[in-house]
Amino acid sequence: MTTQSETTLSEQILSRAAGRPVRAGELVTLRPDRVMLHDSIGPSVIRILAEDLGVERLPEPDRVAVVIDHVAPAASVQTAIKQRELRRWVESQGIERFFESGRGICHQVLIEEHLVGPGDVVVGTDSHSTTYGAVGAFGTGMGSTDVAVCLASGRTWMRVPEAIRIDVRGRFAGGTGPKDLALEIVRRLSARGGTYAALEVFGLDEHLLGSRMTVASMAIEAGAKAGLVWPGGLEDAGFAAPGWLREPAREAGYARRIEIDLADLRHSVARPGRVDDVVPIDELTAELGEVPVDVVYVGTCTNGRLDDLRTVARALAGRRVARGVRLMVVPASSQVLAEAVADGTVSTLLAAGATLGPPGCGACIGRHLGVLAPGETCVFTGNRNFSGRMGSPDARIFLASPEVAAASALAGRLAAPSRRPAPGASAPALSSL
Amino acid sequence: MPRLWIFGDDVSTDAIVPGRYAPYVTSDEELRQYAFVEARPAFAAEVRAGDVLAAGPNFGCGSSREYAAEALRRCELGAIVAPSFARIFYRNAVNLGLALFEADVRFLGEGAEVQIDPDAGRLAHAGGSVELPRPSALAREIRLAGGLVRYFREHGRFPGEVPA
Repeated sequence: MTTQSETTLSEQILSRAAGRPVRAGELVTLRPDRVMLHDSIGPSVIRILAEDLGVERLPEPDRVAVVIDHVAPAASVQTAIKQRELRRWVESQGIERFFESGRGICHQVLIEEHLVGPGDVVVGTDSHSTTYGAVGAFGTGMGSTDVAVCLASGRTWMRVPEAIRIDVRGRFAGGTGPKDLALEIVRRLSARGGTYAALEVFGLDEHLLGSRMTVASMAIEAGAKAGLVWPGGLEDAGFAAPGWLREPAREAGYARRIEIDLADLRHSVARPGRVDDVVPIDELTAELGEVPVDVVYVGTCTNGRLDDLRTVARALAGRRVARGVRLMVVPASSQVLAEAVADGTVSTLLAAGATLGPPGCGACIGRHLGVLAPGETCVFTGNRNFSGRMGSPDARIFLASPEVAAASALAGRLAAPSRRPAPGASAPALSSL
Repeated sequence: MPRLWIFGDDVSTDAIVPGRYAPYVTSDEELRQYAFVEARPAFAAEVRAGDVLAAGPNFGCGSSREYAAEALRRCELGAIVAPSFARIFYRNAVNLGLALFEADVRFLGEGAEVQIDPDAGRLAHAGGSVELPRPSALAREIRLAGGLVRYFREHGRFPGEVPA
């Protein structure tokens, strides 16, 4: 084993990108390895580049990836016009890495396409760009002005963040999974506990890349700038860490350390309105009684992968969702969808009564494909439950795992899975997304 | 006389401008009127130039959508004062030339008459004045230039950046 580093992952990665050794607290200018734009913010980036910065040709189109996912396919004339602008700009700039409506959610697609890797710095027009931390990249979200200036100059500025170290040990028990870990991290830190900082998670070397993506995507819900997972065990998936990136020593300058034993996790949800209001389902139902559910929504960059769809399908196999429940399933990408068709997952879900949406962000931002009405209650495998997030501000969103989503769809009320372990629930392939 | 608007803790960008009101799905010209359209429907109609928004910690949490900050810029707020800001929102607001201060001034009360001097970092009110903590040199330089685009056009670099 190589020697451990005295610096955090964030410090090592930002030092390389800045071209000099930097430590937490320093302001640095650096060159991101990858810049990601999507349809929701891309048009305003294009406007700033053209009208305010006067940039006709991007200096480095090869560093750019563009994805249409936020309203995919277009839901109105307005969004269709904006997407046409985006396509024309992509063509005019010679951007090769363009992913059309239907290919999937930006973060899923960039990882499937290996356009990000361990040690990279990735800037995206999306707060869930923390997801790239799942492969050991420093991924962070920025607004349209920052991204436009970054595209024009090839550079951006950052304050090297303090890091919060999260050591995970043990094994999931009682059917809990990666989403319960992600919710537990947000509960422990609170929605602001990671502000200005980076989360660095260790102990997931035996876990799927998809599970790491669930955890990394939700780092932003604790306010974090990035959410890195040490990329151990990803060599077979094509994400080998570069030699210069070394595992930090436990004492390596961390601002705070948290330990989580997976065996302690319970089936939990985040209650409507706050991502960090995380409570075990049995405590919630003891307090509130039964919580009837109108919509169960499975998808998003947090939990829309093949493993998530399979988890739901296993629970629903040969059964129907409860009367009065609409089950929406929106795969995170076309690759996820193709694999879920090939292995029968989609047939199982459809037979159980699911509605299948096209790969993309779906109703996560409340713009189309399953928007909620006032008074409706949704069990959502996504990452945000703010008032009005998925439609009416008078709808209620509970953030939950795919396991809880499936159990709730069957019961017609908020429910934890039964104790009976699902057949074949263990030992999925490490290379799978 | 400008007034103080008080907001709670962890105000999200979805509360500032819900994703359903984005310029992408509506029209850019309407953005100002969507500031707090659901969280506080009277805000956009009643807010006046120079008013100060005072909130609890983690103001602007959630998405990276710059139009949340842009909607508030178009309301011509004198400043936003909160004990802490979500980092993407903070960058976006500074990049657009908004004045942000990290302090808790909610004790002054809803509707209090106030006068902000963003350059001096002073908030005057009926009973005296509050000295606000100085933002970083980088944030000040960008704001004084009128935002990041103007700064970058003028200097060809970021504040404090040493040319390679």
